[in-house]
Amino acid sequence: MIRMTGIRKVYATGRVEVEALRGVDLHIGANEYVAVVGPSGSGKSTLMNVIGCLDTPTSGEYVLSGDAVAGLDRNRLAEIRNRHIGFVFQNFNLLPYATALENVELPLLFGGVPTRERSERAAEMLARVGLADRIDHRPTELSGGQMQRVAIARALVNRPAIVLADEPTGNLDSGSGHAIVELFAELHAAGQTIVMITHDAGIAKVATRVVQIRDGQIVDDRRAAA
Amino acid sequence: MTSLSFFRQMLQDVRHQKLRTLLTVFGITWGTVSVSLLVAFGEGLQKRIEKNQHGLGENIVIAWPSRTSIPYQGLGKGRRIRVTEDDIAALRREIPEATFSGEHGRDKSTFRRERARLTPEISATSPIFAAMRNVIPASGGRYVDDLDLDRRRRVVFLGDKLKKDLFGDEEAVGKTVMLDNVPFLVIGVMEAKSQDSSYSGRDEGKAFLPDTTFRALFGERYVDNFIFQAEEASQVPEATRRVYEILGRRLKFDAKDEEAIGMWDTTEAEKFFRVFFGTFRAFLGIIGSFTLIVGGIGVSNIMYVVVEERTREIGIKLAVGAKPRFIQAQFLLETLTLTAAGGALGFLVTLGVIAVFPSQLDEYVGTPQASPLVIVTTAALLGIIGLVAGYFPARRASLLDPVVALKLA
Repeated sequence: MIRMTGIRKVYATGRVEVEALRGVDLHIGANEYVAVVGPSGSGKSTLMNVIGCLDTPTSGEYVLSGDAVAGLDRNRLAEIRNRHIGFVFQNFNLLPYATALENVELPLLFGGVPTRERSERAAEMLARVGLADRIDHRPTELSGGQMQRVAIARALVNRPAIVLADEPTGNLDSGSGHAIVELFAELHAAGQTIVMITHDAGIAKVATRVVQIRDGQIVDDRRAAA
Repeated sequence: MTSLSFFRQMLQDVRHQKLRTLLTVFGITWGTVSVSLLVAFGEGLQKRIEKNQHGLGENIVIAWPSRTSIPYQGLGKGRRIRVTEDDIAALRREIPEATFSGEHGRDKSTFRRERARLTPEISATSPIFAAMRNVIPASGGRYVDDLDLDRRRRVVFLGDKLKKDLFGDEEAVGKTVMLDNVPFLVIGVMEAKSQDSSYSGRDEGKAFLPDTTFRALFGERYVDNFIFQAEEASQVPEATRRVYEILGRRLKFDAKDEEAIGMWDTTEAEKFFRVFFGTFRAFLGIIGSFTLIVGGIGVSNIMYVVVEERTREIGIKLAVGAKPRFIQAQFLLETLTLTAAGGALGFLVTLGVIAVFPSQLDEYVGTPQASPLVIVTTAALLGIIGLVAGYFPARRASLLDPVVALKLA
């Protein structure tokens, strides 16, 4: 599913060059649940951006679902994000003026799905994350946990190869956070490939594989005993 | 984005920055009003002046026989040139593409009716004069005709102001006025017209007589002046040249002696006005356009702010797969909508001003005209300004790095 070889990412800030990733090799197969852990500044966010095609590596090979994505232009990368990646962010990143349904419809809209099918699929996905009765609510009318469920529904609605989650429980109280972790476990059980960045050792335990990053390199890659 | 949520977003922008959006739309509105109203006023004024000029007649030349200034065939200069109806008839024969009418004038005779006594300018002409000089009879009356001429009838056609002075609001046609104690029948009254230039008084104050009657009454052989008219303004110079040539031959003066017959070519003034108004309208259009461009800069400015404020939203959309060119189109469309709204409002204001424009002013400055030309030009200008004003902010939005926009980095 994901095949990264020798990925390097260098940020040039003024005269100083910061090497955020220095030669990362990472293969992730279908239906893996990978937790990426590491201290802040370790390069795990950069890795997530590169995996999610939000950012391009300075050098190295990246094959996603059989497509070489390094070096594609911005419009092609947008297409790849739309079809293959679902993002879940720490701060939800929902459109504030749009309803839950409209937020979930967004990827389908950019993917060119017709209106009728769009709302059907979005409603279905909201039902799946337990928000069937909240589809017309705006983010301000939802709790943090509900907002994150909307975000997860949005990430899943276009049936992406990978769901990328960046600290999805970071802004939630422990109860809501726990429910979200359970939801991810359910999705994984249903066959979804998940890559999650987290500080939370508890969540890392749920994953089938834990990748540890330090100073832009993978220092540990351990599969949980099944 | 569905059109519904597109408009919802826009309304939200407007709500968030009521004052700024309002000022911006106002800028475009004001620009539109300036362009369309200025050009409309220019057009109205031009129409008015053209109409006023035509009060004297279209493409006409007025000629006054005078004195020679060049010796000719042994004849000295300063010799008086006199033109008779025979000469006019010769001009008619030899220059068939133009029409001619002689005119006799007099301002020493008194018209009397009841207590009114007036000494107006008398103009004695042939029937064709009326059509040439736009002297149009009001309904119920007529101008001098051929039969009047043949029989030397004692009939008179009155200018509308003269009629009012003699008869007040009474009907004049069919009544009698005394001209130097000779009764004359009123056969018609002139339809009121506007006339911005004249010789020997405006037509509204004149009394028009058949030239045969006039000559019989006052014993005059020679015309005071004659007028001629060409089909097109472009034919006037050639007709003028022929007039000098033919009359020079008949009355023995040098065809190049322009002082022998003084001429007033009214098409010269029209030519001047056409150039003048072309320039004038271009000038007004340019001033208006600059106002509109300033409005466009305002729109561009507010769109930069909107992009700034919606950076996060743009990041979200990019992350879930919106193509940069879609983002660009969205902001471009939003700018065009704002511009169109301002423009539509501007057109409404312009149409409103034209609608309530006081008709009393029509005589002086004309009524502003919202011609298709004005509307199409302004709309095209608006479109271009909207596109240019929207392009740069929209481009900035589309070039946002999603990582930066989401503040992930």
